Amino acid sequence: MAEAAAVAAESPAGGRARAARAVLDQVVLPGEELLLPEQEDADGPGSAGERPLRLNAGARARVRVVCGPGLRRCGDRLLVTKCGRLRHKEPGGGGGGGSGVYWVDSQQKRYVPVKGDHVIGIVTAKSGDIFKVDVGGSEPASLSYLAFEGATKRNRPNVQVGDLIYGQFVVANKDMEPEMVCIDSCGRANGMGVIGQDGLLFKVTLGLIRKLLAPDCEILQEVGKLYPLEIVFGMNGRIWVKAKTIQQTLILANILEACEHMTADQRKQIFSRLAES
Amino acid sequence: MAAERKTKLSKNLLRMKFMQRGLDSETKKQLEEEEKKIISEEHWYLDLPELKEKESFIIEEQSFLLCEDLLYGRMSFRGFNPEVEKLMLQMNAKNKAEEVEEETVELDVSDEEMARRYETLVGTIGKKFAKKRDRANYEEDENGDIKPIKAKKMFLKPQD
Repeated sequence: MAEAAAVAAESPAGGRARAARAVLDQVVLPGEELLLPEQEDADGPGSAGERPLRLNAGARARVRVVCGPGLRRCGDRLLVTKCGRLRHKEPGGGGGGGSGVYWVDSQQKRYVPVKGDHVIGIVTAKSGDIFKVDVGGSEPASLSYLAFEGATKRNRPNVQVGDLIYGQFVVANKDMEPEMVCIDSCGRANGMGVIGQDGLLFKVTLGLIRKLLAPDCEILQEVGKLYPLEIVFGMNGRIWVKAKTIQQTLILANILEACEHMTADQRKQIFSRLAES
Repeated sequence: MAAERKTKLSKNLLRMKFMQRGLDSETKKQLEEEEKKIISEEHWYLDLPELKEKESFIIEEQSFLLCEDLLYGRMSFRGFNPEVEKLMLQMNAKNKAEEVEEETVELDVSDEEMARRYETLVGTIGKKFAKKRDRANYEEDENGDIKPIKAKKMFLKPQD
């Protein structure tokens, strides 16, 4: 962390913009401006002297760049809005295209609804044809009773106040009330809807959720070997776990909570101890 | 006297539909021009410089889903909830599907089963096209499958 602090200190706040390529995986601060690779040669720092002559300097190839969470577009500039490490993903596969995706890997607990996110919500009220669902955001989300698989005007889903809902945001922006659904675009539930009885719901940081849901996460692979269990991860920092006994459920919750700040070796130790018992 | 009276007709009166027939072309044009002027004067517009929206090459996207290839959020292990386990495979396979598309072509009916099915059909369809006289040749065996019994089984003498 000392290294991160040093980087932060030497970066001139509000001064010259840094090139995004140069600060990859380094700490960036809110308010900083980043330069994309395409902009570097035009107005990058210190490049004026030996800039290679370009035929198409006027009409540079405009490559599309996706700026993810923590970054904001302001005209042609790219500004940082969150504190964290700058990440980058090369184009290809399902990602944006063009010059790839940049985002800030930040640590936070407050959830801000984002369209398309799968979250765990708690039904807090039933009013007419919508449910109010608490998702941990600034405002409860609304969930129509028709947004369940197989629901019709006559056939209402059996949802009570206090139920846990696993759903997806269809409307989420800063000006409007977020709206959830429990079906996909084809009208199928795909695992969304009311989460079963019992189990334990607890909250973790948003960063941990992403860490656990990463495709190469060894924590989950290890956890899955322990005993039969079920987990639901909400992007809003909520985790619901259930195992055969209450004790197993509690152990599971404790592991998941604790593994955020453990090294790989420590994790190995814990899992080997658990496997023995 | 008549000319004087004509000039006295007001513009509003001349603009009326039934008065148009008797008007000559010049006064018609004049009236139209005046009408246009009134319309354009009453037409509202915003006194703003023309907006030029440049095509931006930065796209904003606030979801982590696009950035990190996150797994599907529901999981079940060691058979706790078979339904979810099936779903998990299906949802997480979507991400990998693009890479190994050919391998993940899941068949509802395996090739062998398909062959077995059609094997029994050979007789059924064969019977349909057979003549009445030959139909006796098709007999149902104990499984209910219809098979041609043209080649009668005979005892084959073992070679020593």
